[in-house]
Amino acid sequence: MEEDISVDAAIAGSYPEESEALPTRQHVTGFGFYVYLLSDGILFAALFAAFAVLRGATDGGPDGHALFSARNAFIETACLLTSSFTCGIAMLACDRRNRFMTLVGFLITAVLGVMFLTLEIREFSDLVARGAGPDRSAFLSSFFTLVSTHGIHVTCGLLWLAVLLVQFLGRGFTPAMMRRFLCFSLFWHVLDVVWIGIFTFVYLIGGYL
Amino acid sequence: MTNPLHDPRRANRSTPSLQAHGHHGSWLGYVIGYGVAILLTVAAFAIAPSKHMAPFSIEAALVVLAIAQMIVHLIFFLHINTAPEQKTNVMAFGATMLIIAIVVIGSLWIMSHLAANMAPMDHLMNMQR
Repeated sequence: MEEDISVDAAIAGSYPEESEALPTRQHVTGFGFYVYLLSDGILFAALFAAFAVLRGATDGGPDGHALFSARNAFIETACLLTSSFTCGIAMLACDRRNRFMTLVGFLITAVLGVMFLTLEIREFSDLVARGAGPDRSAFLSSFFTLVSTHGIHVTCGLLWLAVLLVQFLGRGFTPAMMRRFLCFSLFWHVLDVVWIGIFTFVYLIGGYL
Repeated sequence: MTNPLHDPRRANRSTPSLQAHGHHGSWLGYVIGYGVAILLTVAAFAIAPSKHMAPFSIEAALVVLAIAQMIVHLIFFLHINTAPEQKTNVMAFGATMLIIAIVVIGSLWIMSHLAANMAPMDHLMNMQR
């Protein structure tokens, strides 16, 4: 990649005595993306705090016990956890420049992500149909905000992955592709970490306790 | 030129999931992480409906299981560890955890005090008339 060479050359040119020890463009991009993900964690923390504060504010409407299905949450968890695992396997295949396994790993990741989203959309439309939409109470507003923010992240991740796979078919293992796959895999793993918080605090503690 | 030691590009030699020459962990690491995560998830879903435990102890157990699973993900999937070259990652992570703790604990603390000090709703309604 031309751009990589120019950036590395520019860095090396500034401090010639240190050129060997300097980080590559991939390290810099990866770290920047990691910092973005940490800031995304703060966003979700604020939404979790809002949900915890408004948990009892049901305005006489249905609460978590009446609405949440642990069975549905368990299947969603299984989809997302397995897709995180297959995403990791695809990254290992990337390391070994194994085109076929990379493609298969990311395709399974995408299919499981779509399954997760389908279950979530079905759950949301079911809640709205039962009169428990986001406009019913502060509790439901905070529930829909928290869970659908995660769902929107998953949707964006799936669109991103689709674009990456099309690029990958055309270009193969270029440094730019490796960098993008790295950022995507970090994003996908972090979404799974956020989901651990959602199934624990929303569906288990909110649904049973 | 400013001091090269202060160049942000120097700050990090190893991002999560990206050690030198791109080792994204190993098969074994992902399989162990996946297996432990499954166990922790199943345990959480199994004890949540329990009728034999006090609600408080169920809640405490669920929080512990969730934190344990998040740590498993960080170690086996995101490959954050305490290696010296990952110092920047761990410090950024620690600072974020501090902010998250302040946001969540602070919100719950303040709002519970506000709720306790709030005048009863019927009293407020009467004041408006």
